[in-house]
Amino acid sequence: MLLSVLVYGFINSVILAMVALGFSITFGISRVANFSHGGFYILGGIFTWYGLIKLGMPYFLSAGLSIIIIGALGALMYKVILIRLRGLELSEVIATLSLGIVILELLRGLGVFGYEFRNPVFMDGSVDILGVGVGIQRIIIVCAGALLLILLHFFVHHTKMGLAFRGVAQQEHTALSVGINPDLVSMLSLAMGSVMCALSAVLILPLGVISVDEGYDILIKALAVCIIGGLESTLGVLVAAFIIGYIEVLTSMYISSALTSVVPLACMLGILLVRPSGIFGKSKEIEERV
Amino acid sequence: MSTERRKERIDRPIKAVTDDIFCLSSIREIAYLVIPRMLPVVGLLLLAFLVPPYWRKVMVITFVMGMMALSWDFMASCGLTSLGQALFFALGAYSAGAANHYLGLPIYLSIPLGTLIGAVISTACIYPTLGLRGIYFSVVTLIIPLMLMRVVETTGIFGGTEGITGLSPFPGIIVTIALSMIALWITFFGLRRLIDSDYGHIFVALKDNDRAVEASGLSIRWFKVQAIFIGSGICCFCGAFMTHYYMSIGMSAFAVDLSIFPIAASVVGGMGTLVGPLLGAIILGPLSEALRAFGSFRVVIYAALLGTFIVMLPEGLFPYLARKYQQIERWVEAPGGISED
Amino acid sequence: MEYLKIENLRKTFGGVVAVDNISFEVEQGALLGIIGPNGSGKTTTVNLITGFLTPDSGKVMFKGRDIAGLRASKITNLGIGRTFQMVKPFYRLPAFKNLVVPLFSPRVKRMGGHYGEKDTLALDILEDIGFERDSAVPYKPASILPHGYLKRLEMARVIALQSELIVFDELYSGLTLAEVASISPMIEKLIEAGKTIIMVEHRLKELFKIAHRVMVLDQGKKIAEGSPREIMKQPSVKKAYLGVEL
Ligand SMILES: Nc1ncnc2c1ncn2[C@@H]1O[C@H](COP(=O)(O)OP(=O)(O)OP(=O)(O)O)[C@@H](O)[C@H]1O
Ligand SMILES: [Mg+2]
Repeated sequence: MLLSVLVYGFINSVILAMVALGFSITFGISRVANFSHGGFYILGGIFTWYGLIKLGMPYFLSAGLSIIIIGALGALMYKVILIRLRGLELSEVIATLSLGIVILELLRGLGVFGYEFRNPVFMDGSVDILGVGVGIQRIIIVCAGALLLILLHFFVHHTKMGLAFRGVAQQEHTALSVGINPDLVSMLSLAMGSVMCALSAVLILPLGVISVDEGYDILIKALAVCIIGGLESTLGVLVAAFIIGYIEVLTSMYISSALTSVVPLACMLGILLVRPSGIFGKSKEIEERV
Repeated sequence: MSTERRKERIDRPIKAVTDDIFCLSSIREIAYLVIPRMLPVVGLLLLAFLVPPYWRKVMVITFVMGMMALSWDFMASCGLTSLGQALFFALGAYSAGAANHYLGLPIYLSIPLGTLIGAVISTACIYPTLGLRGIYFSVVTLIIPLMLMRVVETTGIFGGTEGITGLSPFPGIIVTIALSMIALWITFFGLRRLIDSDYGHIFVALKDNDRAVEASGLSIRWFKVQAIFIGSGICCFCGAFMTHYYMSIGMSAFAVDLSIFPIAASVVGGMGTLVGPLLGAIILGPLSEALRAFGSFRVVIYAALLGTFIVMLPEGLFPYLARKYQQIERWVEAPGGISED
Repeated sequence: MEYLKIENLRKTFGGVVAVDNISFEVEQGALLGIIGPNGSGKTTTVNLITGFLTPDSGKVMFKGRDIAGLRASKITNLGIGRTFQMVKPFYRLPAFKNLVVPLFSPRVKRMGGHYGEKDTLALDILEDIGFERDSAVPYKPASILPHGYLKRLEMARVIALQSELIVFDELYSGLTLAEVASISPMIEKLIEAGKTIIMVEHRLKELFKIAHRVMVLDQGKKIAEGSPREIMKQPSVKKAYLGVEL
């Protein structure tokens, strides 16, 4: 029992972290809160499904294509919509939120629900870890998550592009004055966030069915994790993912699985009361106190 | 030397006079001022009672949505841009529903009680987020109702997915429509009066600069609580009203479309004007009814409209129309071309 | 009992030690100037005293009570008013309505003193501080007022609050000589009225004319304190400002 909490909590946490990272990367760099995250997530899953089932493409091809399409969609969203709204925080939020809702509700209207919409797992079978049987798909998710994190860290801290990203994140105008194009960087950050979103969809969705409500769920979870961890801090997102991930699994195992949905909410409100900027939020303390 | 044309905008002479000096000298000037103000009041009054019975229902929904939009706009002009008006609506609806269903209170008690309890619970729900500003606040308000929906769904409280049915109805459609219209006008004029009063300036100040409010010796938390209480109270009334109107309450009270509608109405009509949201609701309410056949595409259309307006006409319809009404626009020759600045 | 006594105040932001164990005292009715190069921690000190930041450690004793860590509005109501280095008006409100907001504060209610219609009162205060009453200026929205007026508006706020200890954070920055010359007498008048004042300032010449004592900060540390005359002679002060040993 305890071991399975350990293992499943870990997997759950990695899933949460992957979902949240896409959102937090974009926000951390360009200050765009991409509320169409949930929409992109489901869209990524549906594209993969369509390529795989309807067009008969090989799995990795259709998955790869849909990840690229979603990335392009993110960039396009910046180029067409957000670029006109830069700096108007509220308008940006409303624009991305409405796009997300358009995507999700459109899919709902087109009849995306039921068992038919289901991506197969990459590989069947399960492995024993600490005496707990774990499906291979979950193991792939954990490995991919770890790999993604390492790549991300390398990219942000050891490449020129990453340096430009950090520059824009810290001071857009200064970055502009040393020859970085903030618009380009912001666009890339959106593309990157969307790619991560689609990637996590490809990896995670085979665990269940593709449904519109799942899109809203993902958005909620990503946001809750980001808020608890601090919206722009990668470390915070990881820590928060593990906190929520484990508490969720603990609740469902020891109390009642019906209560798992209460966990993120309770955690979030509790954290906000004591630390409004999240656990690792770069506390703009003046802002925080008033 | 090239001649180009540029658009010139001049205030109409009547506006120039009436804006500064409240001195009207002719029927024409009085009409200029009064007609646009009377039009909605009289128009709605006539419409409400003259339209065929089916459209009366639409009017009721429109009025209620107008209140939701007004409440959103009020909160937004206090710097509290909520993306989850549905939370307040649902809390009001569930409070009234519970009061009616479990306690057996009659409708004229359950609605006020539901409003009050709903507003108290809403304020308590939002209280932890009051340390947040701008977008951070929006993010949290967006997810709270969606999470609560999950909570209701999985724990099965208040009827879970089934909801509560068989609540007491209103005595008749005329009463309903009259009540909703009166409530709408009270909300509208009340909020306008509040915003224009000295006390209301504190709420405006909250958005402009909350640190300066704090340096003025006023606790921003306390004033934000007041703003939320007022804003959520309005939505709770809407929720309580609608539960009794539909005679049932379900999880759909938390759904995103209820959060999106007030924002869409405000953005389409013009944020921060109070008249704008009203105009927006009057446009979107019947439109959404006309689109009922499209099912969930209805929300798509709202959201698409919302996105389009925020990008293409961010000021909204009302300021746009007001400008057209009050200004003369014409093309004039600009000799020597238009200067660079 | 000292009027205002700061003990070992310390504040860090991540790795930066913005205020490093600063202690000082202010007597009632005195005017203390705080000077120091950019980034030396002056604004942070002000924020710590007025409750806009919580100190990591240390005490702020105001009339025998430790106020460190209280909410800013609470401290304002205890009688410590402040202005902001970056002006913070309520842009959507007309200038005189900007003063109506502080007039609602519990402190004003408690102090009494202000009677009558809030608007008239606000206009009175603005007139005293250099807004011509019969001109359109007090009625214009703050968003279109020039910088000089916005600085005065900041000052008007603490006057409306009837604060007994006033902290001015770079009140003179961005003002013309003529504007400074018109504001200086107002500050002297406040001192005569028995107020205690802390002035953070870069305009040393104007400050030294009116300050009773001056404290110098550098990189978060207090490096000197004394009368303006003494401070001007200190070599360490010149070093901090000019970066060279003279
Ligand atoms: N909210 C904050 N977060 C992080 N660092 C801060 C914050 N506020 C101030 N600092 C840092 O603390 C140090 C002191 O800043 P402070 O604003 O107090 O300086 P100052 O003396 O007022 O400078 P100036 O003369 O330019 O106004 C600076 O290094 C600044 O970068
Ligand atoms: Mg400073």
